[in-house]
Amino acid sequence: MESDSTDKNPVVHKLREWDAPAVAEVIEFRGETTVVIPGEHLLRAAEFLASEPSLRFSFLSDITTVDRFPLEPRFEVNYHLVSLDRRERLRLKVRLGGSDPMVHSVIPVWPTANWHERENFDLFGIRFEGHPDLRRILMPDDWEGHPLRKDYPVEGYR
Amino acid sequence: MTTTIQTAAGTAQTMVLNMGPQHPSTHGVLRVLLELDGEIVVKAEPVIGYLHTGIEKNCEAKTYSQAITLTDRLDYLAPLSNNLCYCLAVEKLLGLEIPKRAQYIRVLLTELTRIASHLVWVGTHAIDLGAMSVFLYSFREREEIMKIFEFVSGQRMMTSYFRIGGLALEPPPGWLDRVGRVVDALPGHIDEYEDLLTTNRIWLGRTQGIGILSAADAIAMGASGPMLRGSGVAYDVRKAFPYSSYDEFDFQVHTQAAGDCFARYQVRMAEIRESIKIVRQAMNKIPAEGPIHAVAPGIVPPSREEMKTSIEGLIYHFKIFTEGFAPPPGEVYQVIESPRGELGFFVASDGSAKPYRVKVRAPSFINLQSLSKLAEGRLIADVVACIGTTDIVLGEVDR
Repeated sequence: MESDSTDKNPVVHKLREWDAPAVAEVIEFRGETTVVIPGEHLLRAAEFLASEPSLRFSFLSDITTVDRFPLEPRFEVNYHLVSLDRRERLRLKVRLGGSDPMVHSVIPVWPTANWHERENFDLFGIRFEGHPDLRRILMPDDWEGHPLRKDYPVEGYR
Repeated sequence: MTTTIQTAAGTAQTMVLNMGPQHPSTHGVLRVLLELDGEIVVKAEPVIGYLHTGIEKNCEAKTYSQAITLTDRLDYLAPLSNNLCYCLAVEKLLGLEIPKRAQYIRVLLTELTRIASHLVWVGTHAIDLGAMSVFLYSFREREEIMKIFEFVSGQRMMTSYFRIGGLALEPPPGWLDRVGRVVDALPGHIDEYEDLLTTNRIWLGRTQGIGILSAADAIAMGASGPMLRGSGVAYDVRKAFPYSSYDEFDFQVHTQAAGDCFARYQVRMAEIRESIKIVRQAMNKIPAEGPIHAVAPGIVPPSREEMKTSIEGLIYHFKIFTEGFAPPPGEVYQVIESPRGELGFFVASDGSAKPYRVKVRAPSFINLQSLSKLAEGRLIADVVACIGTTDIVLGEVDR
């Protein structure tokens, strides 16, 4: 994975023009652009990307987490955005520490995030601030632990 | 599982009921909690997770090639679409170039998958709404397509036919003739279903104006596939982000503006006809001979003869099947148009022979989220039509 700061991608350029500190890092890999965003800027950046008339990232395809245990910051939350009419994709990445992983919910921008965030809460234990109904969705309500974490025991009796 | 439903009205006049199971795919695996005021649905809340088998976690313990068999079991009505999306994602990670012949065969088979899946959908949806005969006819035609899958891959459903770098094996001689016979017969059969349904007054009464999803809502809720196109948004991954040479095929993206159950029905019927067109084009495009694998020693297993006669072949064979192969570290997200919508695979590699993380963006999971919007304010009977036209496969919803 190589980092690139020359902004070949016009979307990254626009983001930097809008608010430079919101872009922590840009990763280009296999033709996909990933913008690493500090957690506190996520909601603002999401609003900008969805509403800016020249960008129109109105469709949220997916939210998913990667657990980099035992590295810190441990969690990477990935947001896959689509601009339907401009036919363009973008990945936002937020890095979160392992002790109390929390990021602001993006439901105000993309209502579809509701179930995505519930799934990430259920399987990774990421908390989404401002989520109206943050409950488990796939595992039973009384389940203990978050199964997709790398330190979750996969063998032996519980 | 404990039941907690926050009632919308919160008064003694409403009643909470469990819906179903009434749809063939929902027996024991989908629960819809309905809050009712008389016969009017005040709140509809899908409760899922009953079929959660931890496929994503399981992938982390398998090599890249072994994980293909797990993808079959996600959307079991379209296993080849899942195979394709996963293989494309890993191929993107590896930077592999797939020969055209294999790409066209992949297109042909995934379009047949789309037809088969839509046939199951129209049959089960019709039986939900009381039209028994369509179910019997559409399963008859679907069986012919399943026979092709069995002929080509050896399996009706759990095909695992697409492999990283190409196909599992050369398709048997004469397979295109069988495909030709099936797609020649299909348009007549589709007319038959449309005769039974499209102008049927009961069918229209049960689907027109029911379960309306506006274009803005569909986009906001992340709906994709026929759900989105039935709301008038012409977004199809095959056109917007072509993969596997779809840009070389000539086909239309059908939309309907109404956004109701009937619109979604019309879109799916039109899609079957478009898929038949694509299958015909693919039949003409597929060269009679040519490679079906990328040139990638160490990733694509060598042929039997090569393995038996050359030392390099033997070493590669041994290494592939004992330790697998290691893509460079990185993350990719690959999407395709599955019969249900935008299917996505996010694959993260840490440079080892096993995927560090596999995430499936299941279109049914996201489409099901819109059910509350479709059903609320309608009658209980309409919930049946709404669940039907969201076309969910619980294997994919729960993963």
